Amino acid sequence: MSRAGNREQGTGNGGSPDSWVPGARPATATSGVVENPFFEYLLRLADDRLVLGHRLSEWCGHAPILEEDIALANIALDLIGQASMLLKLAGEVEGKGRNEDALAYFRDAIEFRNAQLVELPNGDFAVTIVRQFLFDAWDVLVLERLTSASNQALAGIAAKALKEAKYHLRHTAEWVHMLGDGTAESHARAQRALDDLWPYTAELFMSDDIDAQAVASGSGVDVESLGPRWRQTVEQVIGEATLTIPKDGFAPRGGRTGRHTEHLGRMLADMQSLARAHPGAAW
Amino acid sequence: MVTVADSRREEILAWLEEVKDPEVPVLSIRELGVLRDVEVTGDEVVVVMTPTYSGCPAMHAMEAEVVTTLARHGVPNVRVRTVYAPAWTTDWMSDEAKAKLAAYGIAPPGRLESEDLVPLRRRAPVECPYCHSVNTIVRSEFGPTACKAILFCNGCHQPFELFKAI
Repeated sequence: MSRAGNREQGTGNGGSPDSWVPGARPATATSGVVENPFFEYLLRLADDRLVLGHRLSEWCGHAPILEEDIALANIALDLIGQASMLLKLAGEVEGKGRNEDALAYFRDAIEFRNAQLVELPNGDFAVTIVRQFLFDAWDVLVLERLTSASNQALAGIAAKALKEAKYHLRHTAEWVHMLGDGTAESHARAQRALDDLWPYTAELFMSDDIDAQAVASGSGVDVESLGPRWRQTVEQVIGEATLTIPKDGFAPRGGRTGRHTEHLGRMLADMQSLARAHPGAAW
Repeated sequence: MVTVADSRREEILAWLEEVKDPEVPVLSIRELGVLRDVEVTGDEVVVVMTPTYSGCPAMHAMEAEVVTTLARHGVPNVRVRTVYAPAWTTDWMSDEAKAKLAAYGIAPPGRLESEDLVPLRRRAPVECPYCHSVNTIVRSEFGPTACKAILFCNGCHQPFELFKAI
């Protein structure tokens, strides 16, 4: 994610790549006592963005129209940039010399803390857009709260990311309109995407002790409280798009503690292969 | 009273006017708002910068250019420090800088839009940088770089880029 050269990133030590050895990876707890809850919390924020950003980047060169190819690549770039900043901060908070590259490329699926929604395969264009819309509507609310985080570094990153997230939401909401209120084919595909993805949105609003500790320290978001506002935005756009909100029911969970769908491992194998084949490579 | 450090700082700021955004080569990094400050402590110079967008690849080029430009002026000991707060905004761009953008063929950013997140609301008209018609439409919300969108002018039938207001 970072490149070598005459640069010092951000404030703090950042952790030099030399101080960290591939293979000497500290195990991250998946259950039981968590050594550093704020580190875990930052991973949750960062991994949503890293994984979704990588998924969007898979569209590069394949999107249905040029403008959307550019748009998806741009959104991917924003998300990966945000992930880079958050992982760097997480590495500093952890204090074990891991920088953003070590955390992005040398953790296995079980150590990722993203919600399962973002790791699902892209499907068709409707699946990608509907997922992005559902995520963006949530992301804007999360980032709004984080701008007042007591951790100043996190608050700064959130303020920056919020501007980008709002732009993403406007774009994806317009596309939900166009697909839902478009042709019979686009409507059917958008509805199918919504039906398939809906169960996975529940995890975005689930919290545990890690979230509670972050909230208590003044640097976290009570995601459960965001539900009504998210639902309001989503219902309005989905309604205008002549689509139907699915019924709540089956609600898979586990991503936040490292239990993922089979899809994440395959995605990471692709994403991490170059860094693992050539540790420390720079360009 | 002007101290040695102050005059040194002014000198370095003047040299940094040579560093342009590689994607918008008419604007210096100061005019763009990416250059936030220069701190001089003894021999060491710290250049404080903030990214436009989180993932902007041009940031790396601009940081490298800061170091090589100052080296060319005989300043060897330069560090770039990146800050995220306050978050970069196009509101920092002066009228003079906006005029340079328009002359270069990029419609300058307008005022920041309202907080209304609901889509498909009317937006303030964008003036074509070539023929000044406001009969323009958004072709693509995202452009060749993170900071730009692509519009089309119905007046002169030219596509053009808009520097997005954020």
